[in-house]
Amino acid sequence: MGLFRRRRAASDERAPARRYDESTPVGVEIRGLEKRYGDKRVLAGVDLAVAPGETVVIIGGSGQGKSVLLRHIIGLEAADAGTALVGGLPSVDPAMRARYRIAMVFQSSALFNSMTVGENVGLWLVEHHVFRRPEEVDAVVQRCLAMVGLEGSAGLTPATLSGGMKKRVAIARALAMNPDLILYDEPTSELDPLVSDTISRVIVELKQRLRLTSLIVSHDLRMAFAIADRIAMIHEGRIIAEGAPQAIRADHNPLVRRFIAAELQP
Amino acid sequence: MTRPIEPMIRVARATGEALFLLAEAVWACRLAPLNLPKIFTQMAEIGVATLPITSMIALFIGGVLALQTGSVLADFGIQGTLGGIVGVSMVKELGPVMTAILVTGRMGSAMAAEIGAMSVYQEIDALKTMNINPVRFLVMPRLLATVMALPVLVIYADVIGWIGGGIVSTVNHRINIPFRLYMRNLTDTVDFEDITNGLIKAMVFGVIIAVTCCYVGLRTKGGPREVGQSVTKAVVVSFVLILIFDYIVTRVLFL
Repeated sequence: MGLFRRRRAASDERAPARRYDESTPVGVEIRGLEKRYGDKRVLAGVDLAVAPGETVVIIGGSGQGKSVLLRHIIGLEAADAGTALVGGLPSVDPAMRARYRIAMVFQSSALFNSMTVGENVGLWLVEHHVFRRPEEVDAVVQRCLAMVGLEGSAGLTPATLSGGMKKRVAIARALAMNPDLILYDEPTSELDPLVSDTISRVIVELKQRLRLTSLIVSHDLRMAFAIADRIAMIHEGRIIAEGAPQAIRADHNPLVRRFIAAELQP
Repeated sequence: MTRPIEPMIRVARATGEALFLLAEAVWACRLAPLNLPKIFTQMAEIGVATLPITSMIALFIGGVLALQTGSVLADFGIQGTLGGIVGVSMVKELGPVMTAILVTGRMGSAMAAEIGAMSVYQEIDALKTMNINPVRFLVMPRLLATVMALPVLVIYADVIGWIGGGIVSTVNHRINIPFRLYMRNLTDTVDFEDITNGLIKAMVFGVIIAVTCCYVGLRTKGGPREVGQSVTKAVVVSFVLILIFDYIVTRVLFL
């Protein structure tokens, strides 16, 4: 049944029936989310709420269920139990997609190698026929590339870009949707500290300029403390600590303290 | 320990999912007018990749067919019927099957590799997050392009095969029939229905190649090694299905 439900959602290609330039930051509510892959319980009852316009960073070690949680929020996975609601609608419901624009920046960037950078960034606009004239698409593509500091790179191909540039193109592609909610999956993984700082700066600038609802999965604590309104730590499929960055820093949970100490040590 | 029934269940499930993919792709064909550039790009790729090798192989297959059959016919003094035999063999059987196998090797493998790599590197997930249906975006253009391009390639292969057979019939001293006589016998023997049935076969093979290779590509999980395994699986399964459906379609159309 899951196969058919996912396919139905995937085949409903409507873009939200409202003006492209209207963006409404949307909230996320996760209630008792559970997921198993075979014998392995990846999510064990996750509860989390993200207010519209808020930036929440989910931290945790590798294999603790952070990315799986994001995949449930965007509707790529169906939960075994519990719900992930976006704007009050289940994330796997096509009606949610018809109402809200949700963008995701993947850990691998997931750029289309057969297309140029500009075509990657403008893909959603072209495929959903958001504009009638190609010049309008080009203008949005140029604006989004400028937001991430990649002016003039629309004609390049992804194969010629560095890891940090690919991440920024992926962010530009997400921004081109003018999203109501943006999800980042490990945006600074596999990048050197300087490039990580650049990506963090881009995310902070976007947060300040656009006031998007942002949900970021990362194990990069420096970035988390720099950009989060709230941080939640996930361990073995459960949220074990949640609060403002200062509160997480002062948390007495030994798992949280050990994680912070390990991540922030020079 | 796996039960003996489990491979059968896997095959049944894969068959069901592939048929579901075909149904989705056919349904997505209603959006073909909005996706013409993608369809034409795929058609051009199939043509460019396959035309040179099709020319060479069709020429030699026609030649070998004429050489083998003509020398036997010459023993009975009826080599004048060679044109019809080569013509019918090419349009009914060798043209569609040989071209389908070439397209599988050249383009089916490329489809499985490209879509498999897209699955592995989360590009399919990226399409879904953008509310772009991967079946409409990736499968439908490949299905339509293969179904339209394969019959064209088959006609081309048929003609080149006829010419190959004619050249051998003319220059081989044992067969030694004039090219004009060869062609006259060929045109007298080959019916329009033979040609259309061969083209129907080609369209069925086009569906098999596109759906099998796209399905295997979309189901790819893991890394580069699994992409390679998917390519091999897509090509082998396509070959087997082409030969099975060759029999079925022949039984339905010709006999």
